[in-house]
Amino acid sequence: MSYLEYTVKRVPSGASKILYLNWPLLVLVIAAAAVGFVMLYSVAGGSMTPWAEPQMKRFALGVALMLFVAMVPIWFWRNVSGLAYWLSILLLIGVEFMGAIGMGAQRWIEIGSFRLQPSEVTKITLVMLLAAYYDWLDIRKVSRPLWVLIPVVLIMIPTFLVLRQPDLGTALLLVMGGGLVMFIAGVHWLYFAGVFAAGGGVITAVIWSRGTSWQLLKDYQFRRIDTFLNPESDPLGAGYHITQSKIALGSGGFSGRGFMQGTQSRLNFLPEKHTDFIFTTLAEEFGFIGGISLLAIYALIIVFCVISAMGNQNRYGAILTLGIATTFFLFFAVNMSMVMGLAPVVGVPLPLVSYGGSAMLVLLIAFGLTQSAHIHRPRIRA
Amino acid sequence: MKRTPKDTEASARVVSRRGLILGGGMAAFSAVLTARMRYMQVEQADQFRLLADENRINIRLVPPSRGLIFDRAGVILADNEQNYRVVLVREDAGNVEDVLARLQKIIKLPEEELEKVKEEIDRRSPFVPVTVADRLSWKAFSEIAVNAPALPGVTPEVGQSRIYPLDEDFAHIVGYVGPVSDYDLTEGYLADDDDPLLQIPKFQVGKTGVEAKREHDLRGQAGTRRIEVNAQGRVMRELDRVEGRSGQDIRLTVDSALQNYLQVRLGDESASAVVMNVETGDLLAIGSAPSFDPNKFVRGISVADYRALLEDDHRPLANKSVQGAYPPGSTFKMVTALAALEDGVIEPDEEVYCPGYKELGRRRFHCWKRWGHGDLALVNALEQSCDVYFYDIAERVGIEKITAMARKLGLGIRHDLPVSAVVGGLTPTKAWKRENRDADWLIGDTLNAGIGQGFVLTSPLQLAVMTARIASGRQVEPRLVRSIEAQDEAPAPPPLDINPAHLQFIREGMYSVVNSGSGTARGSRVVAEGLRMAGKTGTSQVRNITAAERARGVTRNEDLPWERRDHALFVSYAPADAPKLACSVVVEHGGGGSLAAAPIARDILLQALYGGTPPLEAYPTSQRGTIRTRQKDLPLRDPSSFTEGRSRA
Repeated sequence: MSYLEYTVKRVPSGASKILYLNWPLLVLVIAAAAVGFVMLYSVAGGSMTPWAEPQMKRFALGVALMLFVAMVPIWFWRNVSGLAYWLSILLLIGVEFMGAIGMGAQRWIEIGSFRLQPSEVTKITLVMLLAAYYDWLDIRKVSRPLWVLIPVVLIMIPTFLVLRQPDLGTALLLVMGGGLVMFIAGVHWLYFAGVFAAGGGVITAVIWSRGTSWQLLKDYQFRRIDTFLNPESDPLGAGYHITQSKIALGSGGFSGRGFMQGTQSRLNFLPEKHTDFIFTTLAEEFGFIGGISLLAIYALIIVFCVISAMGNQNRYGAILTLGIATTFFLFFAVNMSMVMGLAPVVGVPLPLVSYGGSAMLVLLIAFGLTQSAHIHRPRIRA
Repeated sequence: MKRTPKDTEASARVVSRRGLILGGGMAAFSAVLTARMRYMQVEQADQFRLLADENRINIRLVPPSRGLIFDRAGVILADNEQNYRVVLVREDAGNVEDVLARLQKIIKLPEEELEKVKEEIDRRSPFVPVTVADRLSWKAFSEIAVNAPALPGVTPEVGQSRIYPLDEDFAHIVGYVGPVSDYDLTEGYLADDDDPLLQIPKFQVGKTGVEAKREHDLRGQAGTRRIEVNAQGRVMRELDRVEGRSGQDIRLTVDSALQNYLQVRLGDESASAVVMNVETGDLLAIGSAPSFDPNKFVRGISVADYRALLEDDHRPLANKSVQGAYPPGSTFKMVTALAALEDGVIEPDEEVYCPGYKELGRRRFHCWKRWGHGDLALVNALEQSCDVYFYDIAERVGIEKITAMARKLGLGIRHDLPVSAVVGGLTPTKAWKRENRDADWLIGDTLNAGIGQGFVLTSPLQLAVMTARIASGRQVEPRLVRSIEAQDEAPAPPPLDINPAHLQFIREGMYSVVNSGSGTARGSRVVAEGLRMAGKTGTSQVRNITAAERARGVTRNEDLPWERRDHALFVSYAPADAPKLACSVVVEHGGGGSLAAAPIARDILLQALYGGTPPLEAYPTSQRGTIRTRQKDLPLRDPSSFTEGRSRA
């Protein structure tokens, strides 16, 4: 609809769309995933099983899905944004009832042999919905209180559901991701200042609530905060993960211990070494050089997304691209902060690298959306 | 909805601006991450590398093998045997209950023991290995090894444990080992010992006897093993190993065959005996009956068994030969006589009249022979053990000189032997009584002391030393450890500071005790020429027979309950003309020394002199029948038990 309102010179169609893909972005995504394969091979002790091979297969499937999504015009995706959002909300409610119990928290639904984690899906559908909302909204009304309240409610619904699972990490990502999309759309900065002030108040309230009958977080969440603030207080208990991760990461040094030579990962000092803590293994085996290389790949992915968005006159496409880039950023920023001891252990995987099915598929589909936005962007001048 | 181109442009501008701001924020945060990474991996890398190595490398102690204990001929008394056991580490096991239940299917542990193990597991730090079961069969051991994947945290181990092949015979001397206790480390004899080996749970240390007294020689030095472990503490590989030093072997002076004979001969009596070389002081046998099996203590004695040992009125746990302090009775008379002779208050041939008692003020001191011995000189007084004679000379010479002589002969002195609870006994002085009893010394005390009653207390070991010194005329010291790994023969001890002629009179008296017609131990004489025995009987009162009891007709020992009967003592040496061995025997509540103690001493000495069962010809004709039966019935150990132990390379 809205697409046709622009003065369009030429929009690629048919198979030629392939040529208009955001190629650097695609190459960078593949590069990041390749780093993941190498690391999964390494943490398995030099074996394709049990992680590297399934991960490759899923990545292949994911890339196929990404290209398919990219080929579908962006306006189609804009039109199904609301549907996608409410569907993911339904799935979130679904895990409440029929979700399997895993790791003490209900997070996924079994669909055949595939494990779907609705909270992963929600991270993207929320960005889609918000982008569609701001595309629809008159830009003059963006900062009016009522029109600010609506997206806040749309963010809070899945956040609340995710918190009930309970998955603090994803809830935080949803709030931050959603909030940043509102920021991108141009909501007045005073609102954000207000939120920061309120956030401070909430943190105080959470701390005060500890030990009372209206305690706002679960005990283990409080303990995680404790150990984050002082991991040495319990080096073999709750602080174990952080301490071991820091040791492994730091001992990598400038150039690392060498591929498959990471003693800490090899000797099982690292927990979750193939998922949340995979960056530690990378940093141990390839050192500062290896770590910064991956960080550079990630940064370039963001850069190409921002460039693509800035050259996109389509409000939905631009906001969506920036929103997805932001979500992606939040993933790796939180994960890296966690393994480096800058943030508490919240269970956020390293995007494209960590072993895991639905997270990677969802992310690749999201990149498919940015590709679609890129291909189908309005070309005002030749 | 419609949007004007102007709006579109405005919107794009806003999005671009906000996108750039956001991008800048992301870039800034990425810079923070980079800085953090650089800080950890470049600036602090060495520190983390060190921590990583500590994570990876564990130093474990390798317990040395404990020194062995041999008898004088090399027969092994304390050995180490291979011991298969399983240990459990709580933090690796996860669900301890589950793992133990699975383990139960392979090795059946008694319920009581299982509870003990669970308690121990709870008490220890989660990473400390706790021994679940010990002394497993090879079959059970290999079954556990095979099933290791189903038993997380459970590790089969091969260790060494102590075994005492001659069990009861050396329970008191060699002692036993047991797991080091908190008491040992805080107040016990290991309080100043900072050997890291002691931190190993259930590390075996000597608890009593030579095992405890020579702990430092026997223990050896720990080796170390640097191993690479993973976070579960599982050993990945050994990096290197520093060998420790095995404990030193110890060779005792004891002859295990003689020791066995002694223990068996004492039988069920509450008794003890010591056999000593009169020239070198080597203790050839030093036994206490009844005994117990030290192996039970090593394996962990059951409460019931332990209580039985504690409650036995014959006190099997006590090493009576060094720990028992008895009034020496008449065996002390040699001391009184020597003190008087040396002081010159009596001549050897000077006679004293015995009317059956000695009057002191209004008190009468009785002789054991109520109608008296008549006129007696020294040799006859010893032979018949006349109390009045010794009352008389004791009064003349005084307590201080008697006590000085007693100490010269090795009484009242704590002899330094590497066994537990060696007592010093008591040889009283006036000052001692003043201090300890808050009373003045009385002449009556001197008279009592003169016949080995009253305050005087001696152990069987001290009596043997005394006898050996009288027999050899030398200051022999008892010796239990022959050498530690090396051979050494001590030079002959210096002669006693006593007139040899006086000693000769005493020896004559002791010879008469056994061999003359009216000697108190005539029944225990040896008739084999050249092996004749000399000795002295002693009977020490546990308590006086009260007037009330006397009125009831109780005059004889046998009429009293066991625990109030007299102790029977006998000291002896042989051969009489060329003394080689001294022997003391104390039978608690045995009655008279001549009947209860002397025959035992004779049997033991003959056994030692012949190096085996003595021929019946050594005994008086009339006794040979009884002796033959006894020789046949004694449940001695098979001689093959005493074959020489393997020597260590």
